[in-house]
Amino acid sequence: MDLADLYRDVILDHNRKPRNFGPLEPADASIEGFNPLCGDRLTLRLRFDGEKISDIKFEGKGCAISTASASLMTEAVKGKTKAEAAHMFDRVHELLTDDNAASSDDLGKLAALSGVREFPARVKCASLCWHTLASALNASPASTLAPISTE
Amino acid sequence: MNSIVKLADSPDFDVPALRREFPLLSRAVNGHPLAYLDNAASAQRPARVIEALDDYQRRHHANVHRGVHALSQEATALFEAARERLVKFVNAGSIKELIFTRGTTEAINLVAQSYARSTLKAGDEILITGLEHHANIVPWQMVCEQTGAKLVVAPIDRDGEVHAAQVEALMGPRVRILAFAHASNALGTILPAQALIAAARARGITTVVDGAQAIPHMKVDVRELACDFYAFSSHKMFGPTGIGALFGREALLEKMPPWQGGGDMILTVSFAKTTYNALPHKFEAGTPNIEGAVGLGAAVDFLNSLDLRAAHAHEHNLLCYATRTLSTMPHVRLIGTAREKVSVVSFVVEGVHPHDLGTILDERGIAIRTGHHCAMPVMEFFDVPATARASFAFYNTFEEVDRLAAAVEHARRMFA
Repeated sequence: MDLADLYRDVILDHNRKPRNFGPLEPADASIEGFNPLCGDRLTLRLRFDGEKISDIKFEGKGCAISTASASLMTEAVKGKTKAEAAHMFDRVHELLTDDNAASSDDLGKLAALSGVREFPARVKCASLCWHTLASALNASPASTLAPISTE
Repeated sequence: MNSIVKLADSPDFDVPALRREFPLLSRAVNGHPLAYLDNAASAQRPARVIEALDDYQRRHHANVHRGVHALSQEATALFEAARERLVKFVNAGSIKELIFTRGTTEAINLVAQSYARSTLKAGDEILITGLEHHANIVPWQMVCEQTGAKLVVAPIDRDGEVHAAQVEALMGPRVRILAFAHASNALGTILPAQALIAAARARGITTVVDGAQAIPHMKVDVRELACDFYAFSSHKMFGPTGIGALFGREALLEKMPPWQGGGDMILTVSFAKTTYNALPHKFEAGTPNIEGAVGLGAAVDFLNSLDLRAAHAHEHNLLCYATRTLSTMPHVRLIGTAREKVSVVSFVVEGVHPHDLGTILDERGIAIRTGHHCAMPVMEFFDVPATARASFAFYNTFEEVDRLAAAVEHARRMFA
């Protein structure tokens, strides 16, 4: 267990300066994620252009892992299709939970999240935003979405 | 902000010798000596408790209150001896006033579902405070739904104090029950129990005290407090988990209906009519946590073997030292600065989320609690999603406080 592996420079940077942070009005989808364990909350808002995620922003209070994960996620999925984003969700989920995860070389900056796997108590912090995204992609219309909880 | 300036007398209190009685405290975590500062969540057990559990399970186990055989009689004797120790420890009137439960939570639920549910009417009020643990909020909300009663919440101030006069001002004609924590788990605040109970009694209001966080840190005398109910947990006072107790005034317990039905709580059962057992068994349906009670009894013996006045003074010194140390750190904000506190320090660090702090401290072998401490309304009041909480027992050391402070500073630099 190595803290430096959890709090990599990319993570610390995205925690200090989260990208795509703030409101998005109007949005085609707005969904809230909640981690009852630590009280972290985030709201994810998306705009779609057909099948494409044309814009995505998040707001909320969370730990460094959850903030950085959300920031990295918004960067990664912006401009991607819903199917591409869903595939990315699967890859990140594998990265966070599976010791035999496939190489993360092609995941770019998201690979920085692989250190979380060694800290089981923190996996939910990193995955909260991703579960929230998955729910936003799978459901419609946006107004009927129930908040996502990690518990 | 009120600051704690008065150091208690420093008696000759041998902490290293005391630590040797707690086997777990000598282990390492992540390559560092363990600094266990999460005692408000659950305290560690002395060898005496571990040995009592072991001895019970190796030599004496059988079901209680049933068999005529030797083991059943031994188990029953051990179980009831533990009850008698607790009766003495909290100064209850007799064994009839001491009911074993799974812990504080179940004890409060017992009062809510038996006493409150059978006596409250629509429009009646249950008064609690803004400092309560969820276990002293949700059972009352449930009984409010069942009876049409209303929950009234007394305010706290910016130091996390509850003022008796403000609570008293809310004791209107419809208030039937006052329920409050003797000490707050999230902030450590000691509530003015005696004043609150006296004010409630003068108005005929029934008092329920959540003693989970008080009982490890102060002498609790339920008859001196003059409360109607007092709930507490074994594992906060160095005993096993899954056991605790409810003190209840005999006159009230006699009138209350049982809340769970089953074996042990009955005298006779026929399909036409069942008669209930006498106190305290009326409230103890089913086979109880026998080894838990035995372990709790051993924890009481352990506590009685200590100079508790000196132990509590040492805890107070740790509290003062930790408060002073952390409050001199510019990026640390203490949450909960009441004048009277048990040894709990809740805080937030600028730029470092409590959850990250918890992980960084853990890597250095320091165990603290981070989160909302099952007191979400308290977090909301202070407008923080969570806090870091260091909570001390008498086996903690000043050096552990220093390690805590150094690790907090390390974390702050890491995130700066």
